[in-house]
Amino acid sequence: MPEFDWLTLGIVIFGVIAVVMPTVGYLTLSERKISAWMQDRFGPNRVGPLGLLQPLADGGKFFLKEAPIPRHVDKLFFLMAPAASMCTALVALAVVPWGPTQPPVQLVATVTEAGTPAPTADAVAKFEEQVVANKKEFKGVILPGLDIGILYVFAVGSLAVYGIILGGWASDNKYSLLGCLRSSAQIISYEIPLGMSIVGVLLFTGTLNMEGMIDWQAKHGWFIAFQPLAFLLFMTSVYAECNRLPFDLPEAEQELVGGYLTEYGSLNFGMFMIGEYTHMITTSLLMTVVFCGGWSLFGLENLMADSVIWNGVIKSGIILAKAGFFLVMYQLVRWTIPRFRFDQLMDLAWKVMIPLSILHLLAAMLVREFNLNNWVLTGVSVALFLSAGVLGVLFGKGPNNTPRRRVVKRQPELAAR
Amino acid sequence: MPAESEVTWVEPAKLGLFEQLYLPIITDGLTTTVKHLLSVGSRLTESYPEQEPKLPPNYRGVHRLNKDEQGRTKCVACYMCATACPAHCIDIVAAPAPEAWKDREKYPETFVIDELRCIYCGMCEEACPVDAIELTTLYDLTGLSREQMIFDKEKLLSVFDQTTKAGTDPVRTRSGALGPASEAPPV
Repeated sequence: MPEFDWLTLGIVIFGVIAVVMPTVGYLTLSERKISAWMQDRFGPNRVGPLGLLQPLADGGKFFLKEAPIPRHVDKLFFLMAPAASMCTALVALAVVPWGPTQPPVQLVATVTEAGTPAPTADAVAKFEEQVVANKKEFKGVILPGLDIGILYVFAVGSLAVYGIILGGWASDNKYSLLGCLRSSAQIISYEIPLGMSIVGVLLFTGTLNMEGMIDWQAKHGWFIAFQPLAFLLFMTSVYAECNRLPFDLPEAEQELVGGYLTEYGSLNFGMFMIGEYTHMITTSLLMTVVFCGGWSLFGLENLMADSVIWNGVIKSGIILAKAGFFLVMYQLVRWTIPRFRFDQLMDLAWKVMIPLSILHLLAAMLVREFNLNNWVLTGVSVALFLSAGVLGVLFGKGPNNTPRRRVVKRQPELAAR
Repeated sequence: MPAESEVTWVEPAKLGLFEQLYLPIITDGLTTTVKHLLSVGSRLTESYPEQEPKLPPNYRGVHRLNKDEQGRTKCVACYMCATACPAHCIDIVAAPAPEAWKDREKYPETFVIDELRCIYCGMCEEACPVDAIELTTLYDLTGLSREQMIFDKEKLLSVFDQTTKAGTDPVRTRSGALGPASEAPPV
């Protein structure tokens, strides 16, 4: 059980929030800028140089606008929903590393089975020495050494759907309700491949602790190389979890006005947005930590290992740059791929991703059981991916099961012309 | 409802391996969008206040009253424009032309257009037999009061000077004389 120094903890929390909040603001700006550039426009460029003060203006507007509460809503839940959405997103950040980390010290068994040698006094002393040394090290994570690590992130992250469901339900509005129902169905469906894709990784690291995962990857290589299919599944499910395009059905404007956001305005809406973008930051860091080796970068991270400050700066820089790449990827994908239809969405989750993730997990188990080379799993990943495509070609029902379309035949005399 | 015999059923084309694998197609799409993202030169937006739009010469903006070579108003106060105007925004008071003006009987003593009532349809321009009234490419028409937006003869003539000087004459003027009564404006 890790112990915490409350003052340091408070400072770190304050620091992380102070970085995350402006990042959220600037993510909205970059979202608008990237969409504009992709559509050959300029994007917001009036507030401040190059429009860089736009997030401040947006935030000020959120604060100063009236927060309308329609008379027909369930007031308590209506106000609770944005808070739930934002809190869960922020709380999930607590165990995600954003800087240099050390794996927690390996515990020494004090009660041993019969037949195994009891730990020597030396081993116990060494353990305690390591614990003291570990405490002194600077760690780039709010709660270092939390053993349930990624399980905690998933548990809290799934709570984010409560914000959406509460909001949609309390709004007492058909569009909101439809939006939140879609969202709950979507998130529950994608939760399965999300969890399954991680299990393959956990089999190898043997720990749920994220610092431990980075440590494993720094020693053995990144999981994106060994389990590309798991990474792909994870990334896709995470896009769905964040309600990002192409999975943003809860707020599909064309069908649902604003979905669960329809009745919200001012800072209530702003809190939903903060929650959504914080979730993006968390999941980007997760993709980095779980699949892309966290702060490791082919040994480059150890150039300045003796200097505490430079070590921290370099490792934080590497991990944040990787997370930044995934954040940009989110936005690139958003403006590239159109939204799925709802049945297509469910098909993708239940008919493609869940079977694939189960098969992949099976492969990972076999590789682990028979101590095969890690690269075998890479081959299996690619093979599974390709065979899914081939199966789709052989047994697929046309492009995305579109219904047959009626076409009126042209009159013969018109056709002859 | 068409009869069943007139209806053909079409099946959408089958997806190939590339489409079924999703990833190659997504990469293809990403390449397109990233290309646009990086092509700074191809931005289509005009930054309005700094960059004036280039309007076509047949744009229908603020009116102007044309002058002839001697600097007189071309208008002969025939009331054709006021009659054609669907918004009734043109108010003309005619007076007998001065003795020295041999070519016309009347001239407009006052010529007032209410720019707020005008719908910029261009029918006055079409009705005019002597090409005296024209719609220019001036689009940013503003005023602080309703009175400021009622343009009298002097104001309309000053629009002529302004646009001729700026070289933004309307398309009619550029194309030369249109009718027997009209004449090309001074160059």
